[in-house]
Amino acid sequence: MNIYFDLFLTFARVGVCTFGGGYAMLPILQREVVEKKGWATDEELTDYFAVGQCTPGIIAVNTATFIGYKYKGIPGGVLATLGVVFPSLIIITAIAAFLSNFADIPVVQHALAGINAAVVALIAASVLKLGKSNLKDAVSICIFLAALGMAFFAGMSPVVVIVCAGVVGYVARTLARMKGGAEQ
Amino acid sequence: MIFLRLFFEFAKVGLFAVGGGLATIPFLQDMGARTGWFTDVDLTTMIAVSESTPGPMGVNMATYVGFQTGSLTGGLPGGAAGAVIATLGLITPSIIVIMVIAGFLQKFRQSRTVDAVFYGLRPASTALIASAGLSVALSVLVTLGGSAEHTLVIHWPKVALAAAVFLCMQHKKLKKLHPIIFIAAAAALGVIFQF
Repeated sequence: MNIYFDLFLTFARVGVCTFGGGYAMLPILQREVVEKKGWATDEELTDYFAVGQCTPGIIAVNTATFIGYKYKGIPGGVLATLGVVFPSLIIITAIAAFLSNFADIPVVQHALAGINAAVVALIAASVLKLGKSNLKDAVSICIFLAALGMAFFAGMSPVVVIVCAGVVGYVARTLARMKGGAEQ
Repeated sequence: MIFLRLFFEFAKVGLFAVGGGLATIPFLQDMGARTGWFTDVDLTTMIAVSESTPGPMGVNMATYVGFQTGSLTGGLPGGAAGAVIATLGLITPSIIVIMVIAGFLQKFRQSRTVDAVFYGLRPASTALIASAGLSVALSVLVTLGGSAEHTLVIHWPKVALAAAVFLCMQHKKLKKLHPIIFIAAAAALGVIFQF
């Protein structure tokens, strides 16, 4: 299959399987992009989410552009992004045109309640997987706990959390290198 | 020209809204008030539909607003054009900004500085995803209120379903199933047991 068409189709699949915000996309990305296609690793996916959360634009779109660009340059970035929004265009247009009371239909509400519970579990399983590949030493575990406290309990903006973590990571690595250098 | 304006209004949202789809809501409220394209009540409906359909929520919102606005002047074809134009408006700033950043990172991939910064970003990014997951979990599994005020109501059937899916994802063979299978099964269970 043409590689660009493959990019578009893969991201259209990611789009159609995502229910909720950009975070709900993570389990699908791990399956389609990391495991099936090998276009990125779990670590790279974490990097894209880190950048996507503190740059303009919604996370889902930013992450798609990032992966597409890394894989196949500018056309890759454009096609991955168009792919991820394509299902929304079709589905929402159909619903807006013909089913204006879609969200009030009881069957839809019950199905969505079930879907939301599954999405919670899928995100939890994905975070566990990311944790295994990203939290390998004491410093990264400390940064994880501090960032979780800042974001979840103190309600701080992701931008602030990301900037602080970048500074801490830089300082920690530089200190480690200086120490390593002094010992040699 | 309403379509040109639709494009630029959504490009503005794409440029200034930082974060998930929920981050776009204040911008959309402001857009409705300034342009008169939709009311706050319309917006509530659009949020509900965007949350309950496939696709990232922020994209769904742009498509929905674009359709409604376009159909004001052009009926069904105008709506379809509006949906496409609003969505393209939303993603254009992301495509440009992310490509600039990705290009920069690729160039400095070997740099010790970039490497050291990402060493800190990875655990923080994992924590932000965990935090968002916890917020979603709370809003889905627990509600405030119920018979007495200020009491927590736990939705046990949803908790059980979430726990079951999570356990399946830890199982050697079951975790190889595509996530959409769990999502579809959960939708069916939700309908059968009237969640």
